[in-house]
Amino acid sequence: MNAPRPLLTLQGLSKTFGTTTVLSEFDMTIFDGEFFTLLGPSGCGKTTILNMIAGLEMTDTGAIYLDDQNITQVAAEKRPVNTVFQSYALFPHMTVFENVAFGLRMAKVAKADIPARVQEALEMVKLSHLAERKPAQLSGGQQQRVAIARAVVNQPKVLLLDESLSALDYKLRQQMQIELKRLQRKLGITFIYVTHDQEEALSMSDRVVVMNNGKVQQLGTPREIYENPANLFVARFIGEINQLPGEVVAIDGNHMYEVKVEGLQWQLKANHNFTVGTKVHVLLRPEDIRITYIDDQHESQFLTGTVIERSYKGSTLDSLIRLESGIELITSEFFNEDDPSFDYRPNQKVAINWVPGWEVVLPVLDGDNP
Amino acid sequence: MIVRGDVFRFLAIGLASSWLTLFVFFPNVLVVITSFLTRDPAATVALPVNADSYLRTMDVLYIEVLWNSIKMAVLATVCCLLVGYPFAMAVASLPKRWQAIVLFFMIVPFWTNSLVRTYAIQFILGNQGIINKSLLAIGVIDAPLQLLYTPFAVILGLCYILIPFMVLPLYSSLEKLDPRLQFAARDLGANAFYRFVKVTLPLTSPGIIAGCLMVLLPAMGMFYISDLLGGAKNLLLGNVIKTQFLNTRDWPFGSAFSVMLMLLLGLMLWLYYRASKFVNRQGGIHDSNF
Repeated sequence: MNAPRPLLTLQGLSKTFGTTTVLSEFDMTIFDGEFFTLLGPSGCGKTTILNMIAGLEMTDTGAIYLDDQNITQVAAEKRPVNTVFQSYALFPHMTVFENVAFGLRMAKVAKADIPARVQEALEMVKLSHLAERKPAQLSGGQQQRVAIARAVVNQPKVLLLDESLSALDYKLRQQMQIELKRLQRKLGITFIYVTHDQEEALSMSDRVVVMNNGKVQQLGTPREIYENPANLFVARFIGEINQLPGEVVAIDGNHMYEVKVEGLQWQLKANHNFTVGTKVHVLLRPEDIRITYIDDQHESQFLTGTVIERSYKGSTLDSLIRLESGIELITSEFFNEDDPSFDYRPNQKVAINWVPGWEVVLPVLDGDNP
Repeated sequence: MIVRGDVFRFLAIGLASSWLTLFVFFPNVLVVITSFLTRDPAATVALPVNADSYLRTMDVLYIEVLWNSIKMAVLATVCCLLVGYPFAMAVASLPKRWQAIVLFFMIVPFWTNSLVRTYAIQFILGNQGIINKSLLAIGVIDAPLQLLYTPFAVILGLCYILIPFMVLPLYSSLEKLDPRLQFAARDLGANAFYRFVKVTLPLTSPGIIAGCLMVLLPAMGMFYISDLLGGAKNLLLGNVIKTQFLNTRDWPFGSAFSVMLMLLLGLMLWLYYRASKFVNRQGGIHDSNF
């Protein structure tokens, strides 16, 4: 694979509204042709970044480079960037065709070429048969597609998508996720997607940046941020996670530590450098936990607990297990073909284990909530 | 509960309809009846029934008045639109709290009788008025300009009295405009001019049509403005009607003119109805929006 070419560079972007800092010193390089996602809770500054790239909001400080050109002061209407708005913002007085043609007309594309290009864009989102309808006559999903067609028809260098799927129902959203990804591959346009939905971010993106309070928490591929969250915020924001307190009791060598968790000693791997005595969080994904039945007399070398609740989720069996220390763990196990009827009784005693190396060990920081 | 609600509804609708029947419908019926009677110096009107008055309205002289009247009213409407639209846009862009205050101040002059306010304009435009006096004082002119008793003064007066009727419907449609559409248009490469022409203007066209009608219709009949500011000329249809009733005492002829004016206004309302239906089909903007 060729080395990715930087397309869009954001340097030290800051924005303050009144007394609240929405964004501080944000740096990012986005590569040509990638599906890049800004992920974070509402108010984390992600939409502000999008509006700054579009030119709809001006930066307090910092610079934006597109294709090595400084576009920080370029007006929104002159940037080769288009947006799919959260509310779609389709023009209600124009037909679908006129909505899609709007950008082309503004760019003074030859009149004779417009119908073909609009038709092509509408075919891409499978809406060519509704070209003469008004937006009000379309369903939410169809309006969404028109908004996408209206943006991509201009062949922008970057397509910005602002929580574009959040207004759709679950099933349609999943379908649109696949379609968006397919469209992005086909067009080769760089997509910058803003969402608060971690599932959307993981399933579509090449790279994800997780943000909170206007600051970058972690940048990486979906796999990296899910499997190796850089901090407690990322770990908790991306998917479900269990958190156990631990303490480093010995150092075994290269990033291997003896950690005491729930009275037992475990050999764990960590990306951080710890000294003996460091308090740590041991984080476990629900699906990484292994459970074995034990009877009351049996002594286990693993953590033991009781099943408090179990819920059947179709493809998985999710359980809530209370350890002897009182900490509750969420687990998620796939049904397997050998034992299709596998289930737990409430109050059943079980032993907990996990695949070595799949845990995440993070240092305890001052600001951490227990 | 249902019975009480029904009683209230019955009373409310009943009161309003009796009021309208008594003070709007009956007088108009009387006007229509009068228009078919004959002038009588002793009893004001008398039999026989005939349509002579209507035939007399077809006189070239009155067609000219009608034409003139339409011209003045259209001019006043255009002036109101040109002044009112930017003003309504400015109001709609203010913070919500300020919008209410500005609109309130626009309504305040209504508490003073419009006749009195028209006299005030007389004082401003007159030969000894504030404009002429100031211009003379700074030496721009040697003799007072003839401002009063000109068509210009009438247009100014009509605009002044009627501009709130233009601004209010415009404001209400501008205020409903989704600001995100402006963002979308910018994002798609539209500069300020195209954003206005392609998005703002079409989406506020119901307000423009409503405002124009609300100025145009009364402008045709505001005889006292033309009387006070235009001099003793029959500039507006309203002046002709007034003269027939108060000076010439030809009630049937005045009534016939009133009926003709009502028919003309009715025609315009019908055109408005058709136009707004057309706009609805164009824009998917529903009538209930304003």
